[in-house]
Amino acid sequence: MPPIISRGFRGRRDDAPSDRVPPGQYVTRDFPVLSAGPTPRTLLDRWDFSVVGEVDAPTRWTWEEFRALPSETFTVDIHCVTKWSKLDTVWEGVSVDTLLEGIETSAEYVVQFCDGGYTTNLPLEDVTGGKAWVAFAYDGEPLAPEHGGPARMLVPHLYFWKSAKWVRGLQLQASDEPGFWETNGYHNYGDPWREQRYWGD
Amino acid sequence: MAGAAVLGRLSWRVAEVADVVPETPRVKTIAFVVPGWNGHRAGQHVDIRLTAEDGYQAQRSYSIASAPDGTRIELTVERLDDGEVSPYLTEELRPGDQIELRGPVGGYFVWEPSQGGPLLLVAGGSGIVPLMAMIRLRAAAGSDADTRLLSSSRSWDDVIYRDELGRVNGGGIRVVHTLTRSQPSDWTGYRRRVDAEMLAEVGPSPAERPRVYVCGPTPFVETVAAALVQLGHDPRAVRTERFGPTGG
Repeated sequence: MPPIISRGFRGRRDDAPSDRVPPGQYVTRDFPVLSAGPTPRTLLDRWDFSVVGEVDAPTRWTWEEFRALPSETFTVDIHCVTKWSKLDTVWEGVSVDTLLEGIETSAEYVVQFCDGGYTTNLPLEDVTGGKAWVAFAYDGEPLAPEHGGPARMLVPHLYFWKSAKWVRGLQLQASDEPGFWETNGYHNYGDPWREQRYWGD
Repeated sequence: MAGAAVLGRLSWRVAEVADVVPETPRVKTIAFVVPGWNGHRAGQHVDIRLTAEDGYQAQRSYSIASAPDGTRIELTVERLDDGEVSPYLTEELRPGDQIELRGPVGGYFVWEPSQGGPLLLVAGGSGIVPLMAMIRLRAAAGSDADTRLLSSSRSWDDVIYRDELGRVNGGGIRVVHTLTRSQPSDWTGYRRRVDAEMLAEVGPSPAERPRVYVCGPTPFVETVAAALVQLGHDPRAVRTERFGPTGG
């Protein structure tokens, strides 16, 4: 079915290059906030990050240990399933490759778990090879609580709900296990370039 | 729960405008007839897609305002002056026009009459829209769930669904307004932003374990959700939906 033409609709064309804005998205300069519940506030001395599940022994970092890991500053485009995209966002964080260094696993999937109970799932290969970070700074400043601080995942090649706020660890798994939004109508993988927003997309 | 509700892809459907009704100077309700619509749950949203003559498209999400009613659904849209889509929806659309729409979407910010109450609904501005779907479904289903609505608006003229809320107030629903910028001269109600004290007065108390739904702009939702947790509400019982300064 060809699309219905909306009489009189012109739209506001973004000047952003189309090869950076996935289908159905628009570019915003703000940084909208989306979350399903209250913003958790975890004191840094009670914060830790762990890698658990299909591993010989769980690994755990306190905030100080985590911040002592090698980190990198990176610039990425992010795409929220609610239609906004934000280009050239600058973050600082620890690559997931660094966190998984030396860990032997047969797992093929990972579940991010968080303060507040949020989870999101993805194939392990989507967080390795320089594709994902645990970020603790945005635009040169410590990450604000409403944006996921003290630390959040950044998996910018997938819709932004796959980048969990308030992340506390990664659970490595042999099998896939749909997370919070993935059991509430949203796509299991979430590739913005294939517009995988909802179940069945 | 909604596991079987979506079978296959949510396809784009043609929606024909049946009615456009002003709610406030900035807000209109647009009623659509959507052939093939399979119903929705109170609190869910839809995606709409507009296409210009040259093929340019824009998509946005809007909460459904109406209770399930056959193939008819209503969206209530606030015009954002610098928005791309909301000015078109509120100023251009006329009965008989067609747009594309798909949904319903979302399985978390929803309420079913079978879940019962008590319910605490907290709305900031047009954040009332998905909460109104719950209030309307409650009435349609004959639910007697204890329901409190705390609605924050800038002024009396900015209160969306004002007359209808006046009619449903009482009889198991308590509607409380706060007007944050200006008030009628005879106004005796709240005249400040929602805070913990106001939430405690409106109730229900945390001990009654209400299901809480909060919808509004991000700063509103952040403040209200934090105050609810401070009062002792279980964070897992507080469901939020936010809209940013962009979007429209």
